[in-house]
Parts: sequence; structure tokens; C-alpha cells
Amino acid sequence: MSIQTGSAWVDGSGSRLAKYNFFKRVNWGRVSVFSVPTLWLAIFFFIPFLVVFKISLSETAIAVPPYTALLDWNAEDAYLSLKLNLGNYLFLFEDSFYIDAYLSSIKIAAVSTFFTLLIAFPIAYLMARSKPSTRALLLSLVILPFWTSFLLRVYAWMGFLKKNGLVNEFLMSTGIIDQPLIMLQTDFAVYIGIVYTYLPFMVLPLYSALEKMDMTLLEAAEDLGARPATSFFLITVPLAVPGIIAGCVLVFIPAVGEFVIPSLLGGSDTLMIGRVLWDEFFLNRDWPMASAVAIVMLIVLVLPIMLIRNSQGKEETV
Amino acid sequence: MIETPSDSALEASPQITELPLWKQEGATPFLRIENVTKKFGDFTAVDNISLDIYKNELFCLLGGSGSGKSTLLRMLAGFESPTSGRIIIDGVDMSGIQPWKRPINMMFQSYALFPHLSVEDNVAFGLKREGLGRTEVKQRVAKMLDMVQLDHLGKRKPHQLSGGQRQRVALARSLVKRPKLLLLDEPLGALDKKLREETQFELINIQEELGVTFVVVTHDQEEAMTLATRIGVMNHGVIVQTAEPHDVYEYPNSRFVAQFVGSVNLFEGRVIEDQPDSVRINSQEAGAVLYVSHGISCAPNQKVHVAVRPEKMRISRQQPDQQENCVCGVVEEYAYMGGLTVYRVRLASGKEVRVTQPNISRASSERLTWNEQVYLFWDLDSSVVLTA
Repeated sequence: MSIQTGSAWVDGSGSRLAKYNFFKRVNWGRVSVFSVPTLWLAIFFFIPFLVVFKISLSETAIAVPPYTALLDWNAEDAYLSLKLNLGNYLFLFEDSFYIDAYLSSIKIAAVSTFFTLLIAFPIAYLMARSKPSTRALLLSLVILPFWTSFLLRVYAWMGFLKKNGLVNEFLMSTGIIDQPLIMLQTDFAVYIGIVYTYLPFMVLPLYSALEKMDMTLLEAAEDLGARPATSFFLITVPLAVPGIIAGCVLVFIPAVGEFVIPSLLGGSDTLMIGRVLWDEFFLNRDWPMASAVAIVMLIVLVLPIMLIRNSQGKEETV
Repeated sequence: MIETPSDSALEASPQITELPLWKQEGATPFLRIENVTKKFGDFTAVDNISLDIYKNELFCLLGGSGSGKSTLLRMLAGFESPTSGRIIIDGVDMSGIQPWKRPINMMFQSYALFPHLSVEDNVAFGLKREGLGRTEVKQRVAKMLDMVQLDHLGKRKPHQLSGGQRQRVALARSLVKRPKLLLLDEPLGALDKKLREETQFELINIQEELGVTFVVVTHDQEEAMTLATRIGVMNHGVIVQTAEPHDVYEYPNSRFVAQFVGSVNLFEGRVIEDQPDSVRINSQEAGAVLYVSHGISCAPNQKVHVAVRPEKMRISRQQPDQQENCVCGVVEEYAYMGGLTVYRVRLASGKEVRVTQPNISRASSERLTWNEQVYLFWDLDSSVVLTA
């Protein structure tokens, strides 16, 4: 294409047409529908994120709020200076404590997610295969725990797991053990707490994936010579993959940043990033450091989700 | 060329004589259904059915919805077990044998293709379960896809195929294991009319080529007529008539079969003369004495129905020479359908009769029109007396 006039890098008539179409074709109904969630996300997610990001680049100060400003205006010299402190981020990678906390959080979240999946799959499978009338009942049973405060339910587990708690008393009275098991304030208790708390978030997406499945596919597999176990792994599981991914994301992400469960059920050596964050904010009053920890956690969590979404999107278009 | 599915089919071939197997005395059936009953709670879906199906047959179970035909098919496949009775395939009692161990494959009405697997993997699924080597699986899948003319679409997923292509994948998947018996549940139900006709002939070709015994379930009488070697007409869990397509149409054994397969005019009447090879029936509905040139076993003065197919009747303005089987009426409605015209004629008794006539002449002046007085008549051997 030859460039003749200033505006000709885009075909002249084309750009006029595009302008014309823009005002004619904008669907204001659609814009208003999209703008509400967009505004919501901007106000309650993106702006706070920027604030936290800003704090993470400042330094601690004994002041209110307890950090320095990034911009410094010197009126005498008319000198505006921007001071970015990357030290918090560097320190995160220098001190193995933080890296250990991240890794340990990811490990605890991953193991809990795995066990949640293991327990949730049979529950969701049973729900999807039961009669429609029973399904509604089972579904409400899965959601029922939400009617009680989350904190109360975690406290209830403390009652179960403590030295003279229900589990130990039962095992002692039946003579299976003669010494109480130490369960509370261990990683084991944290796993139990996370699996118990997040189970519904795994069951529901799995259920919706399994419920959609056409049962004649299993008959077809049997007809072609597959035993029930084989058809489960070759047909049911692959078709439940969207539900498995959704459930794992819903459990894994909040579990990584979990604070209440490790601090109530975990021991002093249970290292999780949520607790580190809490300690930085409220014990050390080091807001910039805490913010840096939060930002890195967000990146660690968001990147894999975006990768998964990307690969799913590609698969659909193929 | 396609290999014959088993050696026994080869051995059997020289024995095939002029008569089809089901007409030979003492021929061993390939599939024997013995007094099979299936109950779901109080509801009896299949009621004491006994049926023999022979090797290389293409047997159609024809019936409306709820007639029990699908339940019977599902019992053959092993998805349901009979409440009582036995199913014997090639001499082996199938009771207690799980679906994955039966020498049977089924083509599902919905095709039931695995949505997450490619066409090739769908077809290979059954072979892999047999533990065959990778190269053999590949060869047999390729051969089968070639036969159903889908060799170029092997990498596609089912949702990227048209209805006709999916149907062929389903057929390939069920045939690739070389089953002794292939069950087809409404195989052409989801196809449009043109594709349906093509596929019908394709199915017959494949069946003849492979020598597999087919049992087809359908509610479409036209489909059953074109496909089947024999048809079993089902109603309320019972097989009402088992016969070759021609016999089902021309010699239905009951009013149900006559009405279900094709359309028919039924005249109620009473037997007035009962000869060994002919019957006279006085029908008030027809307003005439009807003559049927075959004997029946009935009580004198018994109430019977005379069935005449619409295309067997002739229609004319002039009174014909024949005295018997001639009734008089008025054209109430007619529909010109190109190849033929359908007339609805009202008789004096108020009975409505359906007549179809091929449009032999192009001239429109000869065409009958509304309110014309007409005579309907048919040959003496064109009608059937139905006692049931």
C-alpha cells in the first residue's frame, strides 16, 4: 500500500466508516452491564492492589501510617523526588525464612487440595448419580456447614483434636491407644482443618461437571469391553476435568493464604505465608515488608491460574 | 475386502440353500430368546417373549414408544437382566454375563461417542480393551474408517462432525470388534430423510459384507421394511407378529399390525359364508357384502374386520363391471402429491376411506374433485380378514 496522505496509513474511507459505526453500533445496554462488575473490580480490587503495591515500595517509619511517602516535594528547590525502595523484595529472596514460608504454604495447600479432591469426588459422584429428589437434599447437606460461623467450626475441631478431646478419649476408652495422640498444633491438624473447610468448594464444581455427563457413555464403554473401573478412569474422570480444575483452584488459592486455620490448629513450627503476613503487619508493624509479601503471594497465585485459563481457552478454540 | 468376522461364518456359507434359515426345519438359531419377561416394579415392559434369530439375519424389532423393544435390546446387551427367561447367543446362556464380556456390540440411539476422544480413539477404544498390539489396533481402525468413508476425519473430535458422520463413527466403533451380534437402537433416527435412505442401503451392504447378525430396534416402519430380513412387530411388551417385511405388510395378523405398518382401511362386518378358501362378510360400514379369497378359522356370524390397503383400491366415476368388493361414496378431500393422489372418500355409512392412486395421466381434466360420486373397488385377493 502506498502512503499518500497523512491519514492514509489506515485506509481513509475505512477509518471514516469505523468512526461512523462506532457511534452507531455501541450497544449501551451491553456497556452498562459490563461496566458494573468492571467498576466493582476497579474500586475493590485494582485500586487496593495499587495501594498495597505502593506501600511495598516504601520504607518503615515511626509515624502514622507507619511508612514513608514515595514522592517527596521539596518546596525550596522546587524539587520533586520519587524514592522507590526495592529492599523489601530483595530481602524476601535473601532471607530463606520467606522462601520457606512460601514453599511450605504451597506444599500444605497442594496436599490439602489433593485430599479434598480425593474425598470430594465420591461425594460428588454419588450426588450426581442419585435421584433428583435426593440430589436436592444432598446438595443442601453439603452447603449446611456454611450456616455456622467458620471460626466456630474450626474451634470445634480444636475440641475434637486436643489432648483430652473427643478423638483421644474415644481411642483411649476403646483401648486402641494408651497414650493420648498429639494432634492439635501439628501440620496434621492444619490438613484436617483445610480439607474440612474447603470440601464444599470442591464438591460443588465436581458435582456440576459429573451431573452433566451422559450416562449412556458409560454403557457404551462397557459395551466395548471396558470394566466399570476402566470406564471410570477413561471416561468419567476425563469428562470431569473442568470440574476438577475449578475445584482445585477454588481450594488451592485460598488455602495458600490461609491464616485462621494454621494459627488455631497449627503448631509454632507450622510455617504458612498467611501467618507471616499477619506477623509482619501486626507484630513487627512493618507494613512495607508485609505488603511486599502480599504482592509476591498474589503473583505466585495468579500466574498459574492465568496459565491454566490460557491453555483451556486454546483447547476450546482448537 | 473385509474379512469375515469368524471362521464359523465361513463354514456355514456352503450350507445356505434357497430357503432362508428361519424357514428351514430344525435350523439352529443364533440368538434364542426364551420366555423372557422384564418387570419394572408393577410395570411389565417385556412380557414372556420367545424369539429365534438366525445367523446373518437383519432382524427389526418394530414398535411404538413403550412397546418394550428398547428394553429387549438392552437385555440382549446386558444392561438389564431379565426378570425371568433366558437369552442364549451362539449356544451360550447369557444370564449373569456382564456387558463387557458379551460378544455383542451396540450402536446407541444417541451414538454415545466419547466427546473427549478423537474419531480414531473412539473407534480404537474397544480394541484397546482387548489388549491388542498398537499396530494391529491402528490397522483395524484405519480399515474400518476406510469402510465407513471417514478415513480423512480420524483426528477430529465428535463435536466437529455432522450428524451423518457421527452415525458412521458410531457404526464403525461397534463393528470394529467384529461382534457376533450387532444391536442397533434407532440407528437412523437422527438423520434427515435423504441421508437416511443412503445410510439404509449402506447398512445392508455392510451387513452382507461382514456377515454379522443385526438386531435393529426402530419405530419407523419404512426403515424396518427396507432394512429387515424379518420384522417383529411389538406392542405392550409382546411380539404381535414375526414375519418377512412383505408378509407383515400384505398379511398382517391383527388390526394392530395392519394399522401400525402402513395405512389401512378397516371394515367391520359379520361372516355370512365361510368356505375353506373364501369368506363372505356382510359389512354395514362398507354398505356391501365383501368377498375375501382366503379361508379363516372363525365361528359363524363372528365379528371380523376386512383390511384393504389404500393403494389396492381403485377409484372411478363409472360403476365397474365387478359386483363384489365395490362400494360407493363421495370424494370429501384429496391431496395431489405428485407421484400419487390421496383421496378421502365418505361412504353412505359415514365411514371414511383412504384411497391412493398413482397419477398415470398428466391431464387434469380426468382428475376427480370434491363432492364427486365415486365407486371404490378392489380385487378379490387384495383384502385380508382380521379376527384379532
